Amino acid sequence: MADLMKSVERVKPNPNIPELRPGDTVRVHNRIVEGDRERVQVFQGTVMRLRKGGINANFTVRRIAAHGIGVERTFLLHSPRIEKVEVLRRAHVRRAQLYYLRGRRGKAARLREKRYVGENQ
Amino acid sequence: MKGILGKKVGMTQIFDEKGEVVPVTVIEAGPCFVTQIKTPERDGYAAVQLGFEEVKPKRLTQPQLGHLRKNQLPPLRYLREIRVSDVSQYEEGQKIRVSIFDVGDRVDVTGISKGKGFAGVVKRHGFRGGPKTHGQSDRHRAPGSIGAGTTPGRVYKGMRMAGRMGNARVTVQNLQVVLVDPERNLLAVKGAVPGARNGLLIIREARKTR
Repeated sequence: MADLMKSVERVKPNPNIPELRPGDTVRVHNRIVEGDRERVQVFQGTVMRLRKGGINANFTVRRIAAHGIGVERTFLLHSPRIEKVEVLRRAHVRRAQLYYLRGRRGKAARLREKRYVGENQ
Repeated sequence: MKGILGKKVGMTQIFDEKGEVVPVTVIEAGPCFVTQIKTPERDGYAAVQLGFEEVKPKRLTQPQLGHLRKNQLPPLRYLREIRVSDVSQYEEGQKIRVSIFDVGDRVDVTGISKGKGFAGVVKRHGFRGGPKTHGQSDRHRAPGSIGAGTTPGRVYKGMRMAGRMGNARVTVQNLQVVLVDPERNLLAVKGAVPGARNGLLIIREARKTR
């Protein structure tokens, strides 16, 4: 029965999404449909968490918008509306979910950069 | 009127061509066999009896096996009737597959809902219960008044009260077919469907189409 489920949930990895990790600074290019027009919106921020779950897998990106307001957006990893994701920077983090960033602002919310990033760079 | 029997596999979500997420229920539907045809002349009404899910012969009684043997059919776990207006397009022993439905069709799905046991009035009828604070004792999930006093001197029939909930035949109408896979006998409909996983479902062409 589980196999029957899997056949419906065929997951095709998006070739334009590299492997993501918590702490990465990313630019997400997301297609937005407004009425009958389509455009690409870019959302840049830090990956706060990755959630698995087959076709429902998602990731949350946090960015600081104008006036220091934190904005979090969750994207479905397998959504065809995600055009591409660029990784700008990888950081050294010791947690899988970076919820502690929510309570911090400015300098306290910095993450140490990971200079050497193995072979998947 | 066309219909098929199936089994609930589970729920998931898929992306449609617009990239939007659609919640779907996956159903393993068919292959079914037409085990008997009921005609107005002989039976007083028109219907086809469908059989679904092959089982070991020892799971069935001799009368059941004999009924199926009439049309050289394998032992089948479930037999259900579907009313049709015209039986002439069916013949006994015929195989029915999911391919009778196409993506975009509207269907009604019937199943046995999950039993909830003896349920209170809040869960069963959506009552609000009593206040949580201000000195309430034992009133949090109580039904409140169930009627007036000496007149009428009794509780009206049909008063909504606690009792057995679920485990009843439920039909969800007008669900959209979003996926048909004849190879794996799978069908996916938009939205939820009554019953637990592995429960028997009757999938019929929608009676009322919006």
